[in-house]
Amino acid sequence: MEGLKKVNVQVCLGTTCFVMGSSNLQELIDTVPKRYGDDVEVSGVPCLGLCSIDWKFSKAPYVKVNDEVIKEATIDKVLKMIERKLAE
Amino acid sequence: MHISNDALRLKREILARLITAFYTDDFEENARLIPFDMRPKGCEVTYRCCVYKERAAIRNRVMAGLGVALENDNERTPIEAYVRVAQKRDKPDKEVLTVLESACQGCLPNAVYVTELCQGCVARPCLNTCKFSAIKFVNGKSFIDPEKCKQCGMCIKACPYQAIVKRIVPCENACPVDAITKAPSGHAKIDFDKCITCGKCVAACPFGAVHEKSQIIDVLTKMKLGFKVIAMLAPAAAGQFPCSLKQLNTALRKIGFFDVWEVALGADVTSKNEAKDYLERMERGDKFMTTSCCSAYNQLVKLHMPEMSSHVSETKTPLYYTAEMVKRQYPDAVTVFFSPCVSKRKEASDNDNVDYVLTFEEMGALFIAFNIQVGKCAETEFALESSKQGRKFPVLGGVADAVKAVLGDKAKDLKPVLIEGLNKQSIRELRRYAKDGVCPSGNLIEVMSCNGGCISGNAVINSVKTSFKEVGSYADAGRDILEIE
Repeated sequence: MEGLKKVNVQVCLGTTCFVMGSSNLQELIDTVPKRYGDDVEVSGVPCLGLCSIDWKFSKAPYVKVNDEVIKEATIDKVLKMIERKLAE
Repeated sequence: MHISNDALRLKREILARLITAFYTDDFEENARLIPFDMRPKGCEVTYRCCVYKERAAIRNRVMAGLGVALENDNERTPIEAYVRVAQKRDKPDKEVLTVLESACQGCLPNAVYVTELCQGCVARPCLNTCKFSAIKFVNGKSFIDPEKCKQCGMCIKACPYQAIVKRIVPCENACPVDAITKAPSGHAKIDFDKCITCGKCVAACPFGAVHEKSQIIDVLTKMKLGFKVIAMLAPAAAGQFPCSLKQLNTALRKIGFFDVWEVALGADVTSKNEAKDYLERMERGDKFMTTSCCSAYNQLVKLHMPEMSSHVSETKTPLYYTAEMVKRQYPDAVTVFFSPCVSKRKEASDNDNVDYVLTFEEMGALFIAFNIQVGKCAETEFALESSKQGRKFPVLGGVADAVKAVLGDKAKDLKPVLIEGLNKQSIRELRRYAKDGVCPSGNLIEVMSCNGGCISGNAVINSVKTSFKEVGSYADAGRDILEIE
């Protein structure tokens, strides 16, 4: 399927995720496309709605890579997931 | 600190839980339950030796969240009693920081230390380089006598195997004025007669054991009692959340703040007064003046560098002027300053116009507890207009630029010097300027305790890079200080 991005990364920039650490993940939006070119698309998105259920906010920040959710996301965790998805 | 780590996330989670508990029918019981809710029976133990130790550390963090000095805790008093104290006290504690003994690792003391990488080589450069005869060879390996070692680090540089390391205590190492040391128990202890509340130890401790005493419950209690509570936003707030400052205005009103003011307004007054002060000093023959808006620097001068005090501008801080304006408009209001750093709590404790200080982290915890999406809030205009220059105060160089802008043509002899962060070296430099009565590189010294200015304060949420950009674009959208009445 030419023209389609292989991996789609959504960094939650909702307030909770932002306070709990996605502020630090914003650099992925700049750095990942530089590294992987057209295969990976990264964007900051408003609340993914994962934090508001019960006390789930304690697992924020959340990042979605294709359909898979990463909780307590860090730059390292996200990059590893991207590598995995690219290899699939 | 902008770097996200688990110690910071833990702190923010506990604050959010505490705020949530405050709004339940049984605050006391729900505050007591926080450690158990976060570490329930049978849960995975992530950081400490056992679940009980983790709960003890969380309990201590809850107490800091309640604004209690851990130093005075006898460990017998139930959390419920502290919850009552937090809701009843008239004024927050004067001291800003507290050490959580249960969270403090009791790190090994500072030392230069030979690791097992030592090969016991023939050349033995460590032995030859040590000026204090502190090194001997035991069983063919280098050994440092801690009694003789002055920790100069020469052997570290000399070892071809990089086998010698400096073992540091992070809080002690970060403190620019030696105000935090290890007590005989091995735990960190703050000497409040020396502490300038710069908060570098808070940021440095990887166990999150140095904590500020929160005033969040004090503020929420005042709100509940029906006081008009006014939020005053430090200019650095413009770059903190994924929203505009005007959206932040709305978000804070949703929490219950009656009105929201920009402290950039007070910054404009500071700029004008500081420009006047600078001119007067230069005319009377002074060789330099330093700025006066950083609270940690003001404490430094007061406690450790009195010889500098005659060189510090007499101008008050942006917070001072803003709080004065707010109290003039609302004499009965309770004022809350939202700050990028904990040091402003110290400043506020000496200013009756500033009732409370909350940090950006605490603002974030409020939004989590209230489930407010700041990016979806409508914009609320501020009643008064702040200038381009006032908005730029939190970025290193912003204060000097503002003074320059006010002076216009008269600024031709102004040469700014930027002190980027207070540390042992920059403090030595400042001492030299004070002693000599002259600064060789300029005549307006802008001092910021944090590298890069307030945008890298110890209680900020956003990355410095992003907030630098955001603060800058908000400033660019403003008018020049001389165009605003």
